[in-house]
Order: sequence, then C-alpha cells, then structure tokens
Amino acid sequence: MAKKYDAGVKEYRETYWMPDYTPKDTDLLACFKVTPQPGVPREEVAAAVAAESSTGTWTTVWTDLLTDLDYYKGRAYAIEDVPGDDTCFYAFIAYPIDLFEEGSVVNVMTSLVGNVFGFKALRALRLEDIRFPIAYVMTCNGPPQGIQVERDLLNKYGRPLLGCTIKPKLGLSAKNYGRACYEGLRGGLDFTKDDENVNSQPFMRWRHRFDFVMEAIHKAEAETGERKGHYLNVTAPTADEMMRRAEYAKEIGAPIIMHDYITGGWAANTQLAQWCQNNGMLLHIHRAMHAVLDRNPHHGIHFRVLTKILRLSGGDHLHSGTVVGKLEGDRDATLGWIDIMRDSYVKEDRSRGIFFDQDWGAMPGVLPVASGGIHVWHMPALVSIFGDDSVLQFGGGTLGHPWGNAAGAAANRVAVEACVEARNQGRELEKEGKDILTTAASHSPELKAAMETWKEIKFEFDTVDKLDVSHK
Amino acid sequence: MSELQDYASSLEDTNSRKFETFSYLPAMSPEQIRTQIDFIVSKGWNPSIEHTEPQNASGSYWYMWKLPMFGETDVDAILAECEACHQAHPDNHVRLLGLDNYAQCPGASMVIYRGIPT
Repeated sequence: MAKKYDAGVKEYRETYWMPDYTPKDTDLLACFKVTPQPGVPREEVAAAVAAESSTGTWTTVWTDLLTDLDYYKGRAYAIEDVPGDDTCFYAFIAYPIDLFEEGSVVNVMTSLVGNVFGFKALRALRLEDIRFPIAYVMTCNGPPQGIQVERDLLNKYGRPLLGCTIKPKLGLSAKNYGRACYEGLRGGLDFTKDDENVNSQPFMRWRHRFDFVMEAIHKAEAETGERKGHYLNVTAPTADEMMRRAEYAKEIGAPIIMHDYITGGWAANTQLAQWCQNNGMLLHIHRAMHAVLDRNPHHGIHFRVLTKILRLSGGDHLHSGTVVGKLEGDRDATLGWIDIMRDSYVKEDRSRGIFFDQDWGAMPGVLPVASGGIHVWHMPALVSIFGDDSVLQFGGGTLGHPWGNAAGAAANRVAVEACVEARNQGRELEKEGKDILTTAASHSPELKAAMETWKEIKFEFDTVDKLDVSHK
Repeated sequence: MSELQDYASSLEDTNSRKFETFSYLPAMSPEQIRTQIDFIVSKGWNPSIEHTEPQNASGSYWYMWKLPMFGETDVDAILAECEACHQAHPDNHVRLLGLDNYAQCPGASMVIYRGIPT
C-alpha cells in the first residue's frame, strides 16, 4: 500500500535502524567507530550515520515518496562495544550496491565519509573498514600490473625488492640527483625513488630529472646485468600535467612511475592507473597525508580502508609502514593491511583489525613498501614480517653509509639475500638475526661498515593508534 | 670505523655482472644447495633447472634443462639433475627455480653453479 506524506522530523531509527536485516552478498558494508554526544541513544546515532551517508536528510521531504526509499537507504544493522573504550561503539551499516557508480572510489567515499563526518550529534566518527562486494570490485580497474607481472618484468624472484629514497628530499640539481641514483643502483638496489615532495621545483625541473635518472638506470643495468628502475614522481598540479609527465617517462623507457594518491586525488590516481595498465608501466604509490586521516583512533578513516581504496583505484606499490622504523604502525594492524594489499581473499580477523571477509576475485595484488627510518639491523625483522612480496626501502639507511651510496646499497643487498637464504634454511630471523648478519658481513666489508654505523639506532616509541583490545 | 673503501664495479670488468637472487653472496656450497632444494620441495613448488652463457644472463629466457620436474620431491634426484646440467655446461650459469603454478611465478630462483664470465 502507498504511503501518505507526513511532513516533519522523524527519528532516524524509525527508518534506518534495522537490527533484523541480513546483509546481502552484493551490499557494501561499513564499520564505523562512533563517539556520540552525551545522552543520544546508540541506535539513534547509528541510524543517523546510515541515513546521512546514504539517502537521508534531517527532515521528511515529499520527493521521498516518488521513489522506493526503503530499497535505496543504508541500513544500520548491528552495534557492538569497542573493547576497552566506553566512549564509543561500532556501528555496522549495509548499503545497496546501486547507491554507487561503478568503478568509482571517489563516489563511494563521497557518500561514506561525506557530510556525515561533520554531523553535530557525533563527537567523533571513524570509518574502520569497508567490505566491497565482489560485484563492485569487478567494476574497478585495480593495480595496473600486479605482483607477478612486476616480478616478470623486472626479473626479480624469491626475495623482497630493494629500494632507496634519494636524499636530501629537496634541493639537489638534476645531474647531482642522477648521480645519487646511479650510485645506489650500481651497488645492488632494484629501485631508487623520488621523494614525495619532489615534483618539478625551480632547483630541479621534472624533465631534466627524468633524463638524468634514465641515464643512471641504463648505465647501472649495463654494469650489473640486472634490471633497475626509479620511481619517477609524476604527481603534478593538474591531471593534464601529470599525464604529460607520464607520457614522457614512457617515451624514454622508464619502467615505473610514481603518484601520491591522497594529495593528488583519487580521480587522478584512477586515471593514471588505467593509463599505466594500457601502457605496460608500473605504478608506485606514496601516501602523503594519510596520517592526517588515519592516526586519530576516534576520528577519520582507518588506513586499512585507504588501502582498499588504493587497490581498487590502482597502484602496484603502496607504502605500508615498517613496524620497526621511525613511523607509526602497530604490528598486528600492519599485518592486517598488508594482507589486504596482497591476498586474493582476506578473512575477518579482529586480532588484526579486519572487520569483514573481503573477496578480491582476480584483482591483482599490491606490493607493500616498507620505508621510513630503517637500516640494515632491521633487515631480519623486515624479511620476517613482510616476506618476499614486498619492497624494502632504505633512504638514510643506504645514503648514510660512510663509504657512499654504492656501498650502502651493497650492504643492504647482501643483508637481504643473507636473510632470505637463512629463512629458506628454516632459521628464525628475528631470533638469529645478529648471527646471520655477522656471518654475512664476514665476506662483505660494506655490510660490516653499515652494521658499525647504525648499531645503536632504535625507534622505540609507543604506538598512538593501537588496535581496539581490552586493556583495562 | 674502518677506512674509506672504493666500490669496485665497472662496465669493463665482466665480474661486475650480477645475476639476481643470492648473487651478492658467496657461491653456494653443495650443502647450501641441498637446503635450498629442501625449501623448494617443502613449499610444494616444481623444481626447474635453466642455464645460460653469463653474458646473456640478463634476458628473461635461459635454456631450459629438459623439462621442469613436476611433482618431484626427491632431493637427491633434483640435485643429480642440477649436477648433470652443470657437467654438460660447465662454463654456464645454472639456476634452480621453484615454479609456483598457482601464482604462475617462480617462488624461488637462484644461480647454484656460477659460470665463467667472458
């Protein structure tokens, strides 16, 4: 029977709180951590989040009755306590798939983290996880090449890949910059990398950088007989300019380019990733600005969501944190989101902060990149935590070697190979790391000098964003 | 702190050429080769042997020695094939791969006998 129009304000829960609802396989599911204003009932707040992130507005409008709003609405279907924190709770919301444009993480996120985050009835709101139904995943382009194709293109098997971010971050001329790349690559690195804020500044315009870096790659390849790359950062003020830089990188034969997917924007990123797929180019993704969104435990977007966004939008590498280096990253949570990057099916696992099963179908995986304040003493732990399908990236830990970049690169290469060899022999890297490195250093003076240089450096601060577990 | 050292590597010196995983470590002993074969078998991968002249090592395709040893789990049998390939091509690099047919990508790849660069 048709409904009558009844103007006025209804409680959200009358429409959007549906505790008996069974989510469909095609629904997009979201888990929010909700911190309500005092005195507002949980069901009402959860329903308000469902409403404001889908079809609802604050009052009833007559045009609601022109459509089947009961079909299109988001549904708050469950509420759970947050372990160890009484100020907030988890709200689970199901959205019908046709609320979202196909292949558009831009559209999904505009709904899910749009107006609702400024909603007055909330003190704070955090998007903890999203289950993208496989039906939606299949509409997205995903990583341009994926892990296996990258290995085949670069001829790297059975070990993590090794990279280095060129320092100082800013201020080098193109020719000096190319020198720093060349030294690292000839010493045994697979990749060197533009720092995220290297775009096209007056001290080094992009085109000169690209030319000098390619010369460095070619010579290092001829010298070592191995395939090399440098992440040429094409992040630019406009998408047109980004594409111009990407086209030039292809023209000079670069195997891989780079983009900052959050500051550059998801529309630009998706466009670039599709271009990379069509042009046989690998795409490295940096995540500048992520900590603005993901570090506060009560408000923002969890990094595991940003990881899913990137896998759908497209990228072959994504910075994941290191667990052991200078940047924030809880170990179990990190293991959770590196599974999200690489695996084809990820099971719900609250001990790693994963709220939903996630089926990626045939979508290729993304290589996690461990970068930030790591050096050779971290190598055993890194190989143990990240395994072979990863890029281990040492900036200061290569360039800061007392004998220069080539020696720093060789030290890291010897160390990673020694750790892989030992792991394959069944040795426990995190217990026997010192022995393994010391033995390897006995035939590598470069490694020995690196171990002496960085002996004492540790980064032992407590993590700010911990997983929600009872610790009362 | 040890004294500043030069990094010796050049286009001219063919000994500068590397050949990917484990080429920055010393050549493998027979015992080390055996433990790596153990690892490949334990992962359920198919052992495969390839060889090439060192100057052609950077290409994607090396010469396949017979066919991959699908389903072979006998470490001695695998080692015997590795040695047979090395005997037949003593100047070539011989590499051992563990082919992961699910990923359709080698899970392991390493030169177990080093050729003589020219």
